[in-house]
Amino acid sequence: MDLGLIAAAGVATGTVLLFAAIGEIFAERAGVLNLGVEGMMLMGAVAGFSTTLSTGNPWLGLVAAMTVGGLLGLLHGIVTIHLRADQVVSGLALTFLGTGLARVLGEGLTNANVERLPALTIPLLADVPIAGPILFHNQSILVYVGFLLVPAAWFWIEKTRPGLHLRAVGESPAAADAQGIGVQRLRLIYVVVGGVLAGLAGATITIAVSPGWFGDQTVNGKGWIAIGLVIFARWNPIRAALGGYLFAAITPWILGLQGVQTILGAENPFLPGRSATFFLEMLPYLFVIAVVIVGSRSAARRRIGAPAALGIPYVRGERGH
Amino acid sequence: VTIRLEPRLTTPRWLSPVLTLGAIVVALVISGAIIALVGGDPIASYLHILNASFGSVGVLSDTLVKATPLILTGLACALAFRMRLWNIGAEGQFLLGAWGASAVVLFPLVPVGTPGIILIPLMMIAGMVAGGLWGLIPGVLRARLGVNEIITTLMLNYIALFWIQFWVFGAWSESGFQQTRTFPTQAWLPRLSDVADAVPAVRGLPVHLGLIFGLVAAGLLWLFLERSRFGYEIRLIGDSPRAARYAGIDIGRRLVIVFAISGALAGLAGMSEVSGSVHRLQDHISPGYGFTAVIVAYLAKFRPGRVVVAAVLFGALILAGREIQPSGVPAMIQGIILFTLILSDVLVRYRIRIGRGGPAVAVPPPGATPPAVAVPPPGATQQGGG
Repeated sequence: MDLGLIAAAGVATGTVLLFAAIGEIFAERAGVLNLGVEGMMLMGAVAGFSTTLSTGNPWLGLVAAMTVGGLLGLLHGIVTIHLRADQVVSGLALTFLGTGLARVLGEGLTNANVERLPALTIPLLADVPIAGPILFHNQSILVYVGFLLVPAAWFWIEKTRPGLHLRAVGESPAAADAQGIGVQRLRLIYVVVGGVLAGLAGATITIAVSPGWFGDQTVNGKGWIAIGLVIFARWNPIRAALGGYLFAAITPWILGLQGVQTILGAENPFLPGRSATFFLEMLPYLFVIAVVIVGSRSAARRRIGAPAALGIPYVRGERGH
Repeated sequence: VTIRLEPRLTTPRWLSPVLTLGAIVVALVISGAIIALVGGDPIASYLHILNASFGSVGVLSDTLVKATPLILTGLACALAFRMRLWNIGAEGQFLLGAWGASAVVLFPLVPVGTPGIILIPLMMIAGMVAGGLWGLIPGVLRARLGVNEIITTLMLNYIALFWIQFWVFGAWSESGFQQTRTFPTQAWLPRLSDVADAVPAVRGLPVHLGLIFGLVAAGLLWLFLERSRFGYEIRLIGDSPRAARYAGIDIGRRLVIVFAISGALAGLAGMSEVSGSVHRLQDHISPGYGFTAVIVAYLAKFRPGRVVVAAVLFGALILAGREIQPSGVPAMIQGIILFTLILSDVLVRYRIRIGRGGPAVAVPPPGATPPAVAVPPPGATQQGGG
C-alpha cells in the first residue's frame, strides 16, 4: 500500500464530508437542525451527474447540484422556520424524499461516464516533502475550494459582524430580535446555505473525486457521518474539517487491510471472501459512534453544547418549550 | 405581504383525518407528476399498485404478509416517537431480531427436532432479546452520556447489516450462497394455507401467525400507552419534558426502558419475518421495513390502532412497488407522503393568515379571534392530538 496515495485519496473524500459538515454547522449555528443532509447530498450528486452528462459541462453540473441542494434547504427552512414543523421530522422527510427522488432521477445512469471537474497540481507547494504530494498534487479543484472554505467559514462565524448575528439567532433569538435582526430571514438564509453546501458535497462525489452514479450507495451514509462530525467538532468548522479528513483517511486504510495477505506473519483473517472482513466494514460506523460519544462528552464537560436555540422555532413573544 | 400562523383554539374533530387523507392525495398527485416527468405513466402505475395489492384475495394475503413486519416495526417507532425519542434504528433491531431467532435454529440452541410449540416461543424470545439489546445501546448512550440517538441508531443499522452478512456469508452459509439453509418446519409460524385441507378457500394464502403478533402487540401497546401509569408518564415526557421533570419522573430510566421495548418490538418483526415468511436468514432480508416504519408511525400519529391501518397501506406499496419502474418510485412516494403529512399537521395546529403588514405576533388581533365565549379550557385543545 502506498500510504501517500491513500492519504491523498483521504483528503479528496474528506472534502465531501467537510462541505456537508460545514453546511450543517451554518444551519445549526443559526438554530435549525437539518437531518436531511443525506437526502440533499444524494440530490446534489444526481443533479450534478446528470446535468454534466447531458451538457458535457461539469461546471453546469456543479451549479445544478448547488441549486438543487439550496432548494431542498429552502423547503426544509420554510417548513420548519415559517410553518414551525418539527425539525427532526422534516429533516428525516427530506432524507426520504431526496433518497427516493434521486433514485428515480438517477435511473439508468449507473453505467455512464462523465467529464469531471479539473484536477490541479499547485507548483512549489506540491514539492513540499510529505504534505506536498498529499495535499497539492493532482487534486480536484474542489479540494482546494475546501481548503479555502474552512478558514473562511470559521472567520465568518467567529470574527465578523454577520457571523455575530448568525450566532445570536442560534443562541438567543429573542435578544437578536430585540436588536432588530430578522431572526426568521437569517435562519432561512443559513439553512439554504447549508443546502447549497450539501449539494456541493454530493457533486464533489459524482463529478470530482469518485465520478459515477451508484444509486443511494453513491453517498452511502456520508450525510449522517457529516452530522456526527458536527457534534464531534462542537460546531466548529476547523475541527469539523480535521475530523472529516481524518475519518476519510483512516477508512480506506482500514478497508485496505482486506488487500494484505499476511498480518504479523499469520494469514490475514480479513481477506475478502473471509467472513471476518465484515467486521472491518463495520469499523467506520463504529468509529462514528465513538466520535459522537467523545464529542458529546467533551461538549458537556466544557459546557460548549449545541446552540442554545437549536431545534426550537422562534415566535416573537413566545418562549420555547 | 406576510404569512402568519395563528394557533387554533379549537380543532374540529373531522379536520385531522380529512387533512391526513388530503396529504396522501396531494402526495400521490405530486409523485404522479414526477413519474410523468421522467417518462412513466402515473395512472397505470397507481392502478397497478392497487390491483397488485388489493385486487384479489391472493394478493391481499401477500399485502398482509408485507404489512406484518411493518405493523411491528411501526409500533416500535410509534412508541419511541411518542416520547420524542427518535429511534431510526428499527431496521437494525429488525435484523438483530431475525438473527436471534435464526440462532435458536441454526446454532442450534435447542436439540434438533424440538417441537414447534417449544421452538417458536424460544425464537420469539431470542428475537425480542436480540432486538431489545440492540435498542438498549442507543438508549443507554442517550440516557447516560447524552449522545444523540438519531446518529447512533442509524450507524447501528449499518453495523447490523454487516453482522448479518458475517453469518450468512460465513458460518451459516448454505454451500457458499448468501443465505442459510431452510429452517425445519417446526420453526415455521403456522400459515393460513396450513389448514387448506379443512378450509379449501384459504389454499395458498401465505398470511402467517406474525400478523396476529402484530395485532396483539398493537392492542397491548394501546393499553400500555393509554391505560397505564408508565404510558401516561411517557406521553407526558413526549409532550412536555419540563413538566415531566417537575413531576419528578426519572426521564433517563423511562428512556432506556422505552428504547428496549421498541427494539424488542422491531426484533419480533424480524423473528416473524424469518419464521413466518422467508424460513431462512439471508442477506437483504428487509426491503427497508425499519425505515418505512418511521413513516407508518408518523402517518398513524403514533397511535397503535392506526399503525395497523398505515402498515397495510405501505405493505401494499412495498409489495406492488417492486415491479414499478423506475425502481425508486415507492421510496420517493414514501418521502413525499411524509412531507405532505408534516404540512397537514401544521394546518391542524395552526390557522394560516395571509395578510398585509403588521408584526407577526403570536397573539391574533382582536378581529381575528373566534367568539370569546367559545374559548375552551387549555386541556380541550388537545382533542384529536394526544
